[in-house]
Amino acid sequence: MSENIALARNYLNTPRGLKSWLLTLDHKRIGVLYLIAIMASFFLGGVFALLIRWELLNPGRDIMGPDTYNQVFTLHGAIMIFLFIIPSIPAALGNFVLPQMLGAKDVAFPRLNLASWYIYLFGALFAVYSMFSSAVDTGWTFYTPYSTETTTSVISMTMGAFILGFSSIFTGLNFIVTIHKLRAPGMTWRQLPLFVWALYATAIIQVLATPVLGITLLLLVLERVFGIGIFDPAMGGDPVLYQHFFWFYSHPAVYIMILPGMGIISELIAVFAHRKIFGYNAIAFSSLAIAFISFLVWGHHMFVSGQSPLAAMIFSFLTFLVGIPSGIKVFNWLATLYKGSISFATPMLYALSFLFLFTIGGLTGIFLGALATDVHLHDTYFVVAHFHYVMMGGTVMAFLGGIHYWWPKIWGRMYSEFWAKIAAVLVFIGFNVTFFTQFILGTKGMPRRYYNYLDQYQPLHAFSSIGSWILGLGFVVMLVYLLHSIYRGRPAGSNPWGALTLEWTNSSPPPPENFDEAPVLTHGPYDYDKVLVEEGSPARA
Amino acid sequence: MSEHSKSHIHILPLKTYLSVGAALLVLTAVTVGVSFIPLGGFNVVVALSIASVKALLVALFFMHLLYDKKIFMIIFAVAILFLALFITFTMFDTMRRGDIDVMQAAPIEKDAVIYKERGSDSTAVPSGIIPDSVTTAPEGH
Amino acid sequence: MTHGKEHPAYLAHHFSEVEQQQESAKLGMWIFLLTEVLLFGGLFCFYTIYRAWNPDMFYNAHKFLNVELGALNTVVLISSSVTMALAIRSMQLNDRKKTIWFLVITLACAAIFLVVKYFEYSHKFHLGQLPGKFYTFTGVQGNNPHIFFSVYFTMTGLHGIHVLAGMVAISWVLYRTVKNNFSAQYYTPIEMTGLYWHLVDLIWIFLFPLLYLIG
Repeated sequence: MSENIALARNYLNTPRGLKSWLLTLDHKRIGVLYLIAIMASFFLGGVFALLIRWELLNPGRDIMGPDTYNQVFTLHGAIMIFLFIIPSIPAALGNFVLPQMLGAKDVAFPRLNLASWYIYLFGALFAVYSMFSSAVDTGWTFYTPYSTETTTSVISMTMGAFILGFSSIFTGLNFIVTIHKLRAPGMTWRQLPLFVWALYATAIIQVLATPVLGITLLLLVLERVFGIGIFDPAMGGDPVLYQHFFWFYSHPAVYIMILPGMGIISELIAVFAHRKIFGYNAIAFSSLAIAFISFLVWGHHMFVSGQSPLAAMIFSFLTFLVGIPSGIKVFNWLATLYKGSISFATPMLYALSFLFLFTIGGLTGIFLGALATDVHLHDTYFVVAHFHYVMMGGTVMAFLGGIHYWWPKIWGRMYSEFWAKIAAVLVFIGFNVTFFTQFILGTKGMPRRYYNYLDQYQPLHAFSSIGSWILGLGFVVMLVYLLHSIYRGRPAGSNPWGALTLEWTNSSPPPPENFDEAPVLTHGPYDYDKVLVEEGSPARA
Repeated sequence: MSEHSKSHIHILPLKTYLSVGAALLVLTAVTVGVSFIPLGGFNVVVALSIASVKALLVALFFMHLLYDKKIFMIIFAVAILFLALFITFTMFDTMRRGDIDVMQAAPIEKDAVIYKERGSDSTAVPSGIIPDSVTTAPEGH
Repeated sequence: MTHGKEHPAYLAHHFSEVEQQQESAKLGMWIFLLTEVLLFGGLFCFYTIYRAWNPDMFYNAHKFLNVELGALNTVVLISSSVTMALAIRSMQLNDRKKTIWFLVITLACAAIFLVVKYFEYSHKFHLGQLPGKFYTFTGVQGNNPHIFFSVYFTMTGLHGIHVLAGMVAISWVLYRTVKNNFSAQYYTPIEMTGLYWHLVDLIWIFLFPLLYLIG
C-alpha cells in the first residue's frame, strides 16, 4: 500500500484485524464481506455454466453423463439465483452505498445487517452440502412431483434456499426503515438518488414475496417427509398448486434481481452523460409500478402447466402491463443521453450494454407473454436466451457497471481503464455470441435442459459454447486487473467521476462513520445544469 | 427524518383495554353459537366477518394502529391486500380447471351463419367463392 | 459522536434522536409482522383451495376437533393479549411492578395455551388422525381426509411455534424489566414484543373459526 492511503484513517484500516471484520457492524464492511461471498458464488456458478456449455459442444457425451448434467444445470441455476443474483446488488453494493447516499452513518439495524450476512453463509453451507452429498437434479425450480420423488438431496437445498430467504428479508427490511428514517436533514423523497428508489422498490418485493417462498419450501419438505398431500398427486395433492406457490415468489424475485440494476443504470447514465436525469419522477414511480405489477403476472410461467384458461388469459394480459413501466425507464434513459456530453468510461460501457441487451431481453419477454407464442416457444432455448438477456445482459451488466463505478470509493484506488475496456468488450461480445445463438436454437425447436440433441443443432451449439469461452476470458481479465488495482492502483480521489450524489462528498475510502460532519444538502442528486463539478474533486455548489 | 413531529405517547385508559377485551370474548361466544345454526354457505361468511371484526379490534386498539402513524396502518393493509391477491389469483386457476375440457371445436361453415339467417338471400353470394376443398378437407394439405 | 443534546445509553450512535430510533424500531417490527402475515398466507391459501375442492370432507373431518378446547384456547389467548397491552400501559405509567405481574400472567396464558394444545394433539395422535401418509383413522367420510389433518397440523403447528417464540421474547423482556432496564422513557423492546404477541393472537382468531367451526 502506498503511504498516502495507508496513512489516512478509513473504514478499511480502522480498526484492524480479522476479528474486527467478522464482528463489524459497519455497513461498508458488511457490504465488502457480501461482495467477497457473492463473487465466490458467481465464480462457482460460472464454472458450472462453462461445464454445461462444454458438455453441449457435441451431441452425446463430452465430459459428463446425463445424470451429472442434470445436477450441473440445477446447481448452476440454484447458485446463480439464490446465492449470486438476488443478493448481488442490494446486499453488496446497496449495503455499501445506500447509507452514504442518504447522508446517514449506518443502516437502521446494523446488528441485523451483520446477522443477514451470517445467515447468508449458513444458507450457502446447506447449498454446498447438497452439492457434495447427492446434488439436486430437479432444476432450480424444484417442481413437484419430481422433487418429491427424486433420491437426490432436495431437502438440504430447499432448506438452504429457505434460510437464504431470511437473509434477503432482513436486508429488505433494513433498507426500507433506513430510507424512511435516516435520510439527511432536508432530504425529501423527491431528492433521493434513483438507485435509492430502486432499492426501496426492491426491498418492498423482498419483504412481501420472500415469506411465501419460505412457506412453499417448508411445505415441500413436509410433503417429502410426511406426504401431507398438498403438492404430490399420489397423496391427493395438486402439483400445479406448487407452481402457483413457487412463482408467487419467484416471479417478483425476477424484479428483485432487475430493479436494483435499473437503479444503477439511472445513476450511471446521468453521471456519464453529465446531464440532469430526464423524467426523474417517471423513473422513480415506474420502479414502484414494476414492484406492484410483478405480483400479478406469475401465471405466465405456467401457460402449458394445465392451469385454467381463465387464469392464463388474465396472467397473459397483466404480463403485457409490465412492458409499460419498463418502457418508460428505457425511454427516459435515452432522453437523458440525448445531447449529453457522454464520456465512455468503463461503467458507461456497461450501462450502454445494459440498454441494448435489456431491451432485447424485455421485448422477447413480450413474445413469451403472449399465450399462443408461448405454447410454441415454451421450454425451448428461446426462453433460456430471454432470461439470460434480462438477468445477465440486464442485471449482471448493471452490477459490473456499479462495481466499476463505486470501485474507487470502496478501495480508494483506480483500476486500469485500458484493461477494463478490453474486458467490457470481451464480455459484451462473448455474451451475445453465447446467447443470441440460443434465440435461434430455440425458434428452431431445441428444448431446454436436454442432455442430447439432433445433429442439425450442432453448429449453433458449438458457436454458443465458443461464446461462453470469450465470456469466461473477459471475466478472468476483469478479476486480474481488479485485484491488482486494490494493491497497486493509483489513488482515486474522493470524486473521480464528477458525480453529485452524497457518497462522493466524503473521502475515498470513506471514514468509518461515513462523514466527518453531518452532510448538508446544497443541490439535488442530478443538478448537472446548476452545479459545476470538476472530476477528481467533491462537488461544490 | 422529515416527519419530526413530537408525537406524545398515547396512554389509553384502562377502561378501553378492558372493554375491547370484553368485546372480543363476547364475539368469540357469538361465533361459536352461530356455527351450530345451519345457514348453508353463510356460515363461513358470518364466521369470517366476526373474525375480521375481532382482528380489527386487536389491531386498532391493542396494536395502537388507531393512534399511531398512518404508515403502520398502510403496511398492515398492504399485507392483507397481497395475501388476498395471492389467494384470489390462485383460485382463478383452481376453481376453473375443467374449462378447457368442455371446449369443442366448431366446424367451419360453408355458408357463414349470417347467410343462413337471411334465408333465400344467400343466393346473392356468388357460388364458388369458397372452394369446397377448404371447407371439407383441410387435412388434404 | 456528539449530538448536542443529552445522549442516553440506549440511543445507538447512528440515530440522532430517541424518537427517531423508537419509530425505526416500530417500522421495522411492522414490516416483520407483514412478512409473518404472508408466511401464514401460504397456509391460508392451502386451506382455501382444498376446502373449496372438498367442502364435504372438510365439514366431516372438522367434527373431530374439540370445539370446547378450541374456544378455551381462544379465551386464553385473548386474555393474554389484554394483559400484554396492560403490561405496556403500566410501563408507560412507570409502574414497573404491575408490568412484571402482567407479563407473568401473559406468560402463564401462553403456557396454558400450549398445554391445551398438547392434550388436543396427543388425543389425535392416539386416534391416528395424523397428517399425510401417517394418517390411519377411518371415521371420516369423503375424499382424502388426511389433507384436512395436514392443514390442521401445519397451521396450528406453525402457530404453536410462534407461541413458543413469543414466550421466549416475553421471558426476555420480563427479565430485563426485573433488571430495571426500562422506564416510561424507554420500553421499546416490550412494545415490540407486544406487537408480535398480538399478531400471534390475531392469527389464532382466524384459525379458530376456520378449523373448529366449519358450518
